Amino acid sequence: MPLIKNGSEVQNEWTFVEDAGALPASGCITVGLSLLRDESEALLGRNTQLGVRLTPEDDPGDLAEYLDRISLIEISFPKYTDGRGYSQAQLLRRRYGYTGELRAVGHVLRDQILYMDRSGFDAFETTRANLSGIVEALSEYSDFYQPAADGNQSVFARRHEKA
Amino acid sequence: MYRYDQFDAKIVKDRVEQFRGQVLRRLAGDILEDEFKPLRLQNGVYLQMHAYMLRVAIPYGQLDSTKMRKLAKIARVYDRGYGHMTTRQNIQYNWVALKDIPDVLAELADVDMHAIQTSGNCIRNTTSDHFAGAAKDEIMDPRPWCEIIRQWSTLHPEFAFLPRKFKFAVTGADHDRAAIRVHDIGLHMRRKDGQVGFEVHVGGGQGRTPIVASKISDFVPEDDILDYLEAIMRVYNRFGRRDNKYKARIKILVTETGAEEFARLVEKEFAAQSDAEKIILPRAEIERIHAYFTPPPFADLPAKSAAFESAKASDPDFDNWAAVNLHAHKQAGYTSVTISLKAIGGLAGDATDAQMMVAAHLAETYSFDDIRVTHAQNLVLPHVALDDVHKVYQELAAAGLATANESLITDMIVCPGLDYCNLANARSIPVGQEIQKVFADPAYQRDIGKLHVNISGCINACGHHHVGHIGILGVDRKGEEFYQISLGGRADEKAAIGDIAGKALSFDDVPGAMKRIIDTYRGLRTSPDEKFIDTLERTGHDPFKEAIYAAD
Repeated sequence: MPLIKNGSEVQNEWTFVEDAGALPASGCITVGLSLLRDESEALLGRNTQLGVRLTPEDDPGDLAEYLDRISLIEISFPKYTDGRGYSQAQLLRRRYGYTGELRAVGHVLRDQILYMDRSGFDAFETTRANLSGIVEALSEYSDFYQPAADGNQSVFARRHEKA
Repeated sequence: MYRYDQFDAKIVKDRVEQFRGQVLRRLAGDILEDEFKPLRLQNGVYLQMHAYMLRVAIPYGQLDSTKMRKLAKIARVYDRGYGHMTTRQNIQYNWVALKDIPDVLAELADVDMHAIQTSGNCIRNTTSDHFAGAAKDEIMDPRPWCEIIRQWSTLHPEFAFLPRKFKFAVTGADHDRAAIRVHDIGLHMRRKDGQVGFEVHVGGGQGRTPIVASKISDFVPEDDILDYLEAIMRVYNRFGRRDNKYKARIKILVTETGAEEFARLVEKEFAAQSDAEKIILPRAEIERIHAYFTPPPFADLPAKSAAFESAKASDPDFDNWAAVNLHAHKQAGYTSVTISLKAIGGLAGDATDAQMMVAAHLAETYSFDDIRVTHAQNLVLPHVALDDVHKVYQELAAAGLATANESLITDMIVCPGLDYCNLANARSIPVGQEIQKVFADPAYQRDIGKLHVNISGCINACGHHHVGHIGILGVDRKGEEFYQISLGGRADEKAAIGDIAGKALSFDDVPGAMKRIIDTYRGLRTSPDEKFIDTLERTGHDPFKEAIYAAD
């Protein structure tokens, strides 16, 4: 599945391992939150990078203690209408200070990308949007009323910046 | 009123171009219909029974003559010569072609207007007191905070895919004319120790599960309010039900969680916000927005107007209209005029393009260029000098806009019903018209006094029947329309959900039952000053229920 990151299409080096699945001997893997908690020692002890995939029900606060040891967080959108992932992303970026890759996976559409980018996502794994569409989506607005995880200053604040 | 600066103008123009692109991609087949739906909804485009419907936002119901003339032009050029005022103080056009909608949105942007988030599972248009900035009983003007909420909630990246739609209302008077207790979030402006803040009500709503909101905070200071609202929204976005559309509103979350526990979750989320999450709303920005809502340059007038008094004495129709359609103003010598869109036998809330042009002209000439849309689907000229009221009345009368029934029995809230709406089970408009005929006589209506009759054509309750003093709900029984009557609902500071009186009535039985309810009230009231709702509260519902079914 195409992976778009930093304005270009890149190779996906990561494999998602189901809770009951066998761990591959090598390579970068993402696992679910419950597997991470159950097997944290073994997983964090591997000689490869580790990532976590959150489902919409997951509490990103449960990841806080692992954040400095994981290299990728995937937030899944089983349906594009389920907006919980935006709150998860905002929390990870702004409350828990996660700075690694934050990837949207699942039902990811071109016209959601801007909201995702603003919520802190920096990578998009999708079959429903192409690179040019994503680049275009990210340039549709230059001003935003409210602050968010993208670090843009709000219009509320920009109106009163000293020239 | 608020004027766009370069930021507001740019955001709205960017939005038009974004939607233009989305429509083109939809027409080219790049976006599936299912994936297009939330995009069109968040731009105000519904698919109705006969055609696409476009709902244009009128933030907190305020317009000026330029905006109103643009709305008239859109009605004339892109629709069939009329628009429909809604219970969210917006306007809907029922006959706009999808291909024209980007052009309509571009025309709106030219006059600082948009259709952003007038539909879809996002934060909708914030509603308010239609007499804001004018009413004698107002403590604080809610409009500046409505505007701040509008901006904060516009294209908010975290809250565009909520479990369900989300509605805010704000009021600043003791008497709640904004129905804040039947909103997802209702804010009542308060002052405490010299500070401005908000009493916060959450989880009210109508629809198939009507609930009066729970108060979760007595006072949130204005500097904290946006952060507090973000906390509520985040709790809802994360924990609101998504398994069942009919249980997805925040009222269900509040009820199932318990109001106290819900309040605790909000407080916990609010307390957990880091500095990096706080919304910086500079004091200068609060002041900048407030500056748009300072009072207009009123003349220094005596409280009584000789011209007004003599016109009343010589023109009995005017005298009657003035007794009903004027509202006390905070400035001596001024009044607020309601332009009723509830002509007897008309379509509740509809205005023709010509009528909109008349309203625009009157606002420009006599009301400091200010017009309001009310949640009861009427228009208001908020600041008219008493000296000018007779002239205003004469122009309204010439345009068929001088119906004297503000808040009387024929001033009903009526949803479009089965005549227009895909969801409806029964017609609403004709049953409202039949009731109007019974009570059309001006003196009779006035004698009955203030009484809210609200009619919905299905349990989604767009006609607010749950909070009508008398509510009427259309239901379908094996293909035949029936109407269920409820009593004792109200949307004000004593908000309550009406009680169903008994079995539903046939279409033909409704006007007679209404007449018997009113006869009962007139027989029971202690004096003509005792309002219907007060008599009902004092006597209980039984005599009225008996009256409804007395014909059996």
